[in-house]
Amino acid sequence: MSVIMTGACETCPAYHSAALKKLGLNVENFDYVVALAGNPNTGKSTVFNALTGLRQHVGNWPGKTVARAEGGFAYEGKNYKLVDLPGTYSLLSTSTDEEIARDFILFGQPSVTVVVVDATRLERNLNLALQILEITDRVVVALNLMDEARRHGLEVDERHLSRELGVPVVPMAARRGQGIPELLQAIAQVAAGRFVTRPHRIHQRDSRLEQAVEKLEAALNREFPGLPNARWVALRLLDGDASIEQAVRDRTLGDLTQAKAMLPVPVNEPVPLEVAS
Amino acid sequence: MTTGDVLKTAAQLRAELGEEYHDKLMEAIYTDASKIADRSVSHDGTRARLTFDRVLDRALTHPVLGFVVMGLMFFGVFWLTITGANIPSSLLADLLLGTVYDALHNLAAALSAPAWLSGLLIDGVYLATAWVVSVMLPPMAIFFPLFTLLEDFGYLPRVAFNLDRLFAAAGAHGKQSLTMMMGFGCNAAGVVATRIIDSPRERLIAIITNNFSICNGRWPTLILIGTIFIGASAPPALASAVAAASVVTVAVLGIVMALLVSWGLSKTWLKGTASVYSLELPPYRPPQVLKTLYTSVIDRTLIVLWRAVVMAAPAGAVIWLTSNIMIGDASIAGHMVSFLNPLGLLLGLNGVILVAYIVAIPANEIIIPTILMLTLTLGGSQMAEAGVMLELEDAQTYTVLTQLGGWTLLTGINLMLFSLLHNPCSTTLLTIWRETRSLRWTVVSALLPLTMGFIVTFTTATLARLFGWV
Repeated sequence: MSVIMTGACETCPAYHSAALKKLGLNVENFDYVVALAGNPNTGKSTVFNALTGLRQHVGNWPGKTVARAEGGFAYEGKNYKLVDLPGTYSLLSTSTDEEIARDFILFGQPSVTVVVVDATRLERNLNLALQILEITDRVVVALNLMDEARRHGLEVDERHLSRELGVPVVPMAARRGQGIPELLQAIAQVAAGRFVTRPHRIHQRDSRLEQAVEKLEAALNREFPGLPNARWVALRLLDGDASIEQAVRDRTLGDLTQAKAMLPVPVNEPVPLEVAS
Repeated sequence: MTTGDVLKTAAQLRAELGEEYHDKLMEAIYTDASKIADRSVSHDGTRARLTFDRVLDRALTHPVLGFVVMGLMFFGVFWLTITGANIPSSLLADLLLGTVYDALHNLAAALSAPAWLSGLLIDGVYLATAWVVSVMLPPMAIFFPLFTLLEDFGYLPRVAFNLDRLFAAAGAHGKQSLTMMMGFGCNAAGVVATRIIDSPRERLIAIITNNFSICNGRWPTLILIGTIFIGASAPPALASAVAAASVVTVAVLGIVMALLVSWGLSKTWLKGTASVYSLELPPYRPPQVLKTLYTSVIDRTLIVLWRAVVMAAPAGAVIWLTSNIMIGDASIAGHMVSFLNPLGLLLGLNGVILVAYIVAIPANEIIIPTILMLTLTLGGSQMAEAGVMLELEDAQTYTVLTQLGGWTLLTGINLMLFSLLHNPCSTTLLTIWRETRSLRWTVVSALLPLTMGFIVTFTTATLARLFGWV
């Protein structure tokens, strides 16, 4: 089974490369914000460059100063702002790079978060994807490096993966430009709410833990009605995450409850990246 | 219900769940990820490289085999370094300490420069610098590229992974194994790298014990002394191997000391349990040999050498001055050496070595040149007149140290031990102070290893004397 279809797609109207307009650094007047997350070395910057037409060398390494790279593109008449987050393996520790990524996904409330995963190391990459799915349900998984996976004799069943994760999964070989049109389509669908995701929830096998999470989740829902990721906040509070505790204390968390997760973030709204540092 | 109540509920539940919560959560995520991945991925027969990676990881991170491979790997690196450095070392010594040195003296004579000036500049500044270069350059030019190749290949994270278990058992943070790896290059860099450790308690442990990683400044000392004292006492065919083994032994001893001290600190001053973290093993990559050679020669070898030279030049002047300015019947250096000699001998070292360690506080790189200069100037000039003084190839260094300095095998061994166990250099101490902002912990970081060095060398010296080995 070939995972990337070639030949047939080019005749489909959705494939027209004209549908993508690379806007480079121009991120004015966007309709949606798209965050790019993923482990280091999964080809996030390749995807970023392919979509924005920029040639950013984004070498994000844990421990080094990390800056978010931003760029823009237009697709099917909508403008998108693309934010490249530092590559991380997890969002559960308290190192600076992970906090930047975590805080943007949580507080920046991107319309769509694209998780770039390495198809040759799916298990390790899914660890991060599952954590992101706990924070936001507006996720597209970009299953990158499919060419390498095939070279190693690996077949990844992206439709099964999509069913398990409950979000669109797009097989890609970003280096060769394969899968970019499909990724754009998936982003557009999730952004506009045309694809309704049913994200996978981490399965707590210890009933004591599950009860504790549920109890805290209920308390959070009473205090912040409509909080979109109460379960994840509960998980973090149980872990003693100081910056999330702070967000509860000063009610920053309350800002997330207004159903504005459905709306694009206003242009000049500062993203509270500094909460944790 | 208020936000305070939410936090209170959270704190209560957290207390009920205990420390294992984070582990359990990680476990749940990993189990889910593994299940989903298993059900979505299928392999055909040709998964060559992935299997290679996996087999390699299984061997390199095996609880027993992992350590064997680690030992062999480092042994191999040092063996190549010691064998490979022999010839270029003596060529360089011939050139810098023979030809150039003579030419400089001839030039000074032709210009009829005053004796004190040519002494200060040629026998002081130039000689110290030339020694540093000829002692350090060849081994570093081999050692650093080899080490960087291992790093590029992805081996060092595996070493960290192996050591992680030990550090956790010692009550320290697993990431300490990473900062320790950094310390093998430079302790000051290792201390800065401890920023990746979140818990202040574990970070402090990592800072204090970083000094037990042999740094750039100390490798040359160990390699030289290991070669001329320990390697030379073995049959010639085995000399390099034995020398390499002795250097590895000291490095391993450093890791053991780091673990012991971490364990001790986490049981006493810095009580607490180890926090958990996940360490990802990056994929193995074929190292980019040419790029590695270039960057390790430019970034590491030359920078480290430059630092040594910058320190050696003024130190050379100081050593020459202190050995030539007389107070009463002896030079300043002579007074210092005879003052410290009883203590030095008690520790199986000598006064010259202790003075050298005081002079070398700014940079350990200049230990060997300082020891040689002091030994030569204080030991009398008869050897200089015999014409063998300056072209210090390994064999002649050995002759100088044993004949003039009265060194024995014990002195060599104890110098290697003391090189591991003494106060960090002033740059590292300054870094420790900047990172901790605590005079107390800076002083502890300086005195703890020094005290250990005294105890260990005193013990080996006493044992050696009891058994009549010296």
